[in-house]
Amino acid sequence: MDMKRDYYEDIELFSSGTILFWTVVLLVALFAAPLILSNYHAYLFNLIMVHVIVAVGLNILVGSTGQIALGHAGFFAIGAYATVLLMTELSIPFFAALIIAAFIAAFFGFILGLPALRLEGPYLAIATLAFGLAIMHIIGHVELFGGRQGLMAPALNIGIPQLGLDWEICSEKGKYYLILSITILMTLFAVNILKTKAGRAFVAIRDSDIAAEVIGINLTIYKTLAFAVSAFYAGVAGGLFAFVLGFFDPFTFHLILSIIFLVMVVVGGLGSVMGSITGAVLITYLMYDLFKNVDEIPVVGDLMVAVSEQWLTVTGMDNFSMIGLGLVMIGIIIFEPLGIFGAWIRVKKYWKTWPF
Amino acid sequence: MAYFSIENLSISFGGLKAVNNISFNVEKNEIFSIIGPNGSGKTTIFNLISGIYHPDAGAIHMEGENLVGKSPDRVARKGIARTFQNIELFANATVMDNLMLGRHIHMKTGIFGGAFMFGKRSPAAREEVKHRERVERIIDFLELQSVRDQFVGSLAYGKRKLVEVGRALALEPKVMLMDEPSAGMNTEEKDDLTIWIGDIREDYGVTILLIEHDMNMIMGISDHVFAMNQGEKITLGTPAEVQKHPEVVKAYLGEEVIS
Repeated sequence: MDMKRDYYEDIELFSSGTILFWTVVLLVALFAAPLILSNYHAYLFNLIMVHVIVAVGLNILVGSTGQIALGHAGFFAIGAYATVLLMTELSIPFFAALIIAAFIAAFFGFILGLPALRLEGPYLAIATLAFGLAIMHIIGHVELFGGRQGLMAPALNIGIPQLGLDWEICSEKGKYYLILSITILMTLFAVNILKTKAGRAFVAIRDSDIAAEVIGINLTIYKTLAFAVSAFYAGVAGGLFAFVLGFFDPFTFHLILSIIFLVMVVVGGLGSVMGSITGAVLITYLMYDLFKNVDEIPVVGDLMVAVSEQWLTVTGMDNFSMIGLGLVMIGIIIFEPLGIFGAWIRVKKYWKTWPF
Repeated sequence: MAYFSIENLSISFGGLKAVNNISFNVEKNEIFSIIGPNGSGKTTIFNLISGIYHPDAGAIHMEGENLVGKSPDRVARKGIARTFQNIELFANATVMDNLMLGRHIHMKTGIFGGAFMFGKRSPAAREEVKHRERVERIIDFLELQSVRDQFVGSLAYGKRKLVEVGRALALEPKVMLMDEPSAGMNTEEKDDLTIWIGDIREDYGVTILLIEHDMNMIMGISDHVFAMNQGEKITLGTPAEVQKHPEVVKAYLGEEVIS
């Protein structure tokens, strides 16, 4: 064990030189990546990073506070619609619109948190699920939100047009840098929150709400706060997602998306920021890239195309994408219930004590 | 008026009178023990004090203020800490974090302050360090250094009991409710605990309400002992008086069979 000389070392962002080194390597790689990425891959990375933001926020609620949530596509939608509408209807600059939209999402999170004070487990799952569905149907029926036709995202101008400061981002790679910066910032916020008073209170509520109360934690405040924080994250992600897609309609934010978010968190590892990130990266990659291109793999690909044409419905290769994703989820839950992060901890422990 | 008092406290669950018209006064800085057979309503009194249950009738006063009707977190803010009979710790957090949670009511960092904890000079980091110092003193006091960074779930039973005492102490309570702190401890651990309870009273100036079954411990450290059975008071007095009381002997040892 490392010797500690200062209490600050307990809560430092980078608890050791090794971690600092690898973080720097990762950041340099991420910032240099667009030099070799194709436009399609920049788009894929953007999608992954948006999902990372949602997963990090959702994990604060599900993993750290222990409240199940199946309606995060709803907050995601609120973020997307609010950001775009604030920009187009009220000509609010991008960053202000994104932050206001995230706070609107957080407000809805707070509202949804209120019934959570009395609901637990499956009942809470159903309440949040209903919220997600309701949001999808409400925006589908209101003219302002574009109804079922959907909305088109405006040009991504991150300056302040009113002051003559224009800085328009058109390319996928430009968006990549914007989203990367915001993702890093949101991740650091989450790491810090979990190390300080509020984060500890969340964990306390998860482990024993009765003990949490008798040491002075107000359950009403902290449970609704956890909902608000995770909705804020989904709101920020939604605002960015709108510009990644460029065009979206209510069905972009369907129920399956909420479930996929939850899958990312569970597969990655409940209660860990690193787990949320790995979960989001893995699931998004599998969904959007790997299994979409199975037909290009030699032999196996051809075989699958043949099977698909012979036996499966017209959706074709998408069938395999879903089957593959399902198998990965089942595999991880069976063999590593703590998620990818749990596996990482085991490997680390093994090497620390090696060769004993 | 007494420092801490309970007046005519009653609560019933269905037809069962769990606590029936109980009153007692506790002076500042004393160790006040409650004894009685299992199911006699001792823990229910603690749950009433900490606001987990609300009484059907009666009052609970501390420093002249009525605590009845306050939620558990408000009661905690008034300076009442407690430990549980069956250990209620945060099992997936380290010993350090459990004790830091005891500091919760003394910390001010909000969600935004916490999110912006960048660098040693940020307000959140400064507050963290300040409170970690205080917690470290409690870790020293209860000799928990060796398990400081371990997860509570992996600790031995006796250690977990101690962590719970430490968490209650971190709250800087005026009154501490200890529910069978020595249950499941071996003789050596019990002896240490007895000394610590005395020290908590002396050094930290805490008034202690104690529920215990270990008679040696009770008789050794209590100033007053309150004996109860089936929700009713049997007697109240010094340890020596209570020990000789025929009803107490009866409740604990059973009645003599007269043939």
